[in-house]
Amino acid sequence: MKQTLTGDEAAAIAAKLARVKVISAYPITPQTIVVERLSEFVANGELDAEFIKVESEHSALSACVGAAAAGARAFTATSSQGLMLMSEILFVASGMRLPIVMANANRALSAPLSIWCDWGDSMAVRDCGWVQLYCENNQEVLDLTLQAFLVAESLSLPVMVCFDGFILSHTTEPVDVPKQREVDKFLPPYKPRYVLDPKKPVTMGPMGVPEYYEEFKCMQQEAMRAAKEKLVKVGNEFGKRFGRRYKLIERYHSDDADVILLTMGSLSSSAKELIDRYRARGEKVGLVKVRSFRPFPVRELIDALEHAKAVAILEKDISLGSAGALFIDTAAAFINVEKAPLMLDFICGLGGRDVETLQIKEAIRAAARAAESGEVRKAVRWLGLREKLVGLRV
Amino acid sequence: MKLTAGAVITEPGNAAQNKTGSWRTFRPAVDTKKCTGCGLCSVYCPEPAISKGKPAKIDYDYCKGCGICANECPFHAIAMVPEGEG
Repeated sequence: MKQTLTGDEAAAIAAKLARVKVISAYPITPQTIVVERLSEFVANGELDAEFIKVESEHSALSACVGAAAAGARAFTATSSQGLMLMSEILFVASGMRLPIVMANANRALSAPLSIWCDWGDSMAVRDCGWVQLYCENNQEVLDLTLQAFLVAESLSLPVMVCFDGFILSHTTEPVDVPKQREVDKFLPPYKPRYVLDPKKPVTMGPMGVPEYYEEFKCMQQEAMRAAKEKLVKVGNEFGKRFGRRYKLIERYHSDDADVILLTMGSLSSSAKELIDRYRARGEKVGLVKVRSFRPFPVRELIDALEHAKAVAILEKDISLGSAGALFIDTAAAFINVEKAPLMLDFICGLGGRDVETLQIKEAIRAAARAAESGEVRKAVRWLGLREKLVGLRV
Repeated sequence: MKLTAGAVITEPGNAAQNKTGSWRTFRPAVDTKKCTGCGLCSVYCPEPAISKGKPAKIDYDYCKGCGICANECPFHAIAMVPEGEG
């Protein structure tokens, strides 16, 4: 049934449909509504779960680690500074291979303090061993959160479902909400491999001495590799049951395109509208959207981009001192490929700055010029920057 | 042995499989004349790698060389000797 939902509400309803057993979270804008809704569901008896109130995000994720170790399906939600405060436990959860699912409403990091959207928070923890999925719209928030549990539990990998703060978290859209009994058929109850149980004692989280530590990291990397296939399989299965199929990346008029925009999240929606206009004029411009940033879809991106002359990467993050994370990883994907497209990185939309059509056009124009001349004079650029304020020409 | 996902140890007490004697830089040496066999060292040994007796018997496969026994012995019957000497 279609309902009008914000991204936060879609995440909360997905967690409820997944019949999570433990929720532990601390309110932070723009994620707050996720846990507000869930606490309402628990309070009014709609959801049979333990809602653990905590004093910080560090404790919120720690409580989820304990819950998952005891065999419960655990869920949390956060944003920005909250994710930073969780960062220590993010690595603990993934290292202990606990399939926790988290909703992260993407928000910029302080300082300067900002409550608005960019991907700086989740990108800062991209090496933490969690699967990272980025949503384009509120339907994806609901659908990917449901799929996240299945992927997480089958591979013992925690999953972070990221969606743009305010742009999705607080914007109402029509969302198709599946029926509980259909979700139950798609997502069976969690059957943990190992459980903390005094009757059958095990040790979890022991020390990893040098003779063993590297092997555990290798096993995590292998699980991430397996997650690529699993995400596609689960995305297909979801498509069969609910009519919406999901892959690691999405190609939009990109197969014959000379210039391709590569982006993630809600930016893809705006970009698609623009691509339609270019296509209406017969210009070979396309879009590729990355849905799974971790695991990074190397093979899929090579297939989708290698025929292009130039790729313009649009991203709301920057690894200061280097470039945007999406650019870095996409460039690395082509390192041993003979024929690689030229790549330009456009840093945009930081701290909630609107990314306007005019700016996306500017990126496409710059990529088209590079495609024509065969050279990129400046690989990393800023879009929509108020140059006068920094006294720079970028 | 195959490692489990997440380093879960499913067999209680399996620490005995890892011999920790190689960690040692100082080795406890029992002076058989001074030792009274009181067994206090075996109580204090955190490993535990000492069995009570006269003299006390140290299991060098597991003794990490922490020196607690030497410190606690009321008769100063245990000396910490650098590994490879004496």
